[in-house]
Amino acid sequence: MNAFNYFLSGLLFGAGLMISGMANPENVIGFLDIFGEWNPSLLFVMASAVSVGLVANVIRKKRSRPFIAVDWQIPSKTNIDRDLVIGATIFGIGWGLSGYCPGPGLLAAFLSPSSGLLFFISLIVGSYIFEKKGRFFPSHLPSLR
Amino acid sequence: MSDFTYPIIGGLLIGLSASILLLGSGRVAGISGLLANLLFKDRKILPFLFLAGLILGGTFSQTFFGFDTIENTLNTPFWMIILSGLLVGYGTRLGSGCTSGHGVCGIPRLSLRSLIATCIFIVSAIVTVILTR
Repeated sequence: MNAFNYFLSGLLFGAGLMISGMANPENVIGFLDIFGEWNPSLLFVMASAVSVGLVANVIRKKRSRPFIAVDWQIPSKTNIDRDLVIGATIFGIGWGLSGYCPGPGLLAAFLSPSSGLLFFISLIVGSYIFEKKGRFFPSHLPSLR
Repeated sequence: MSDFTYPIIGGLLIGLSASILLLGSGRVAGISGLLANLLFKDRKILPFLFLAGLILGGTFSQTFFGFDTIENTLNTPFWMIILSGLLVGYGTRLGSGCTSGHGVCGIPRLSLRSLIATCIFIVSAIVTVILTR
């Protein structure tokens, strides 16, 4: 049942990416290019997804455990640390270069093999470098907050 | 139909996807995290099912609704695509999430970390686009 829920959630996510237009990097770059011919569709996608998520989180707060799985596995970190700030900055630069983030990149690896597959293989290499090498700056520096 | 009908329907589906994973399985639908679990961690079957579903759901709706194939219409040079993938792969691991984990899942959880991460990566992506296009 839990396995089926993961699969169903993935199906909906993939359909959502395709139908929203976010699977196409042209729409993403169109949103990020604020001085060009601005395409606000990413904002509508985000706002609709977040509204549904807000309802889900109201339900979550009322429950001691999920409907299928045994316990909650929700990220527990709350501090704003260097890893978060530097990581998000690096991710944003990469996102802006191509218009691909991980979800659309995975889809594009199958649907537009030349650029999409190239992006996705590079993404795997990038996360492998993090797994093996970790940070390129001292991790003992104090947190920003 | 307005130009934003599809973005809104697609966004609702993405929100629904994240909601059933959250409420059913107690997990955040972060693509970079699920992918890292599939590649580098022990419990592989559940992230595999999600990511396989994502590919099938995307491919099926493309065929079923007759969306255009995604080509490299932006003519992004290959070196830029490779650099982009490396930075996205590294940055999402270091920053614990991407557009889905921080944006779609973190903001509705009212996570300050996710809200700040989302603002940072949108701004850094906007600056990158201004400098490169």
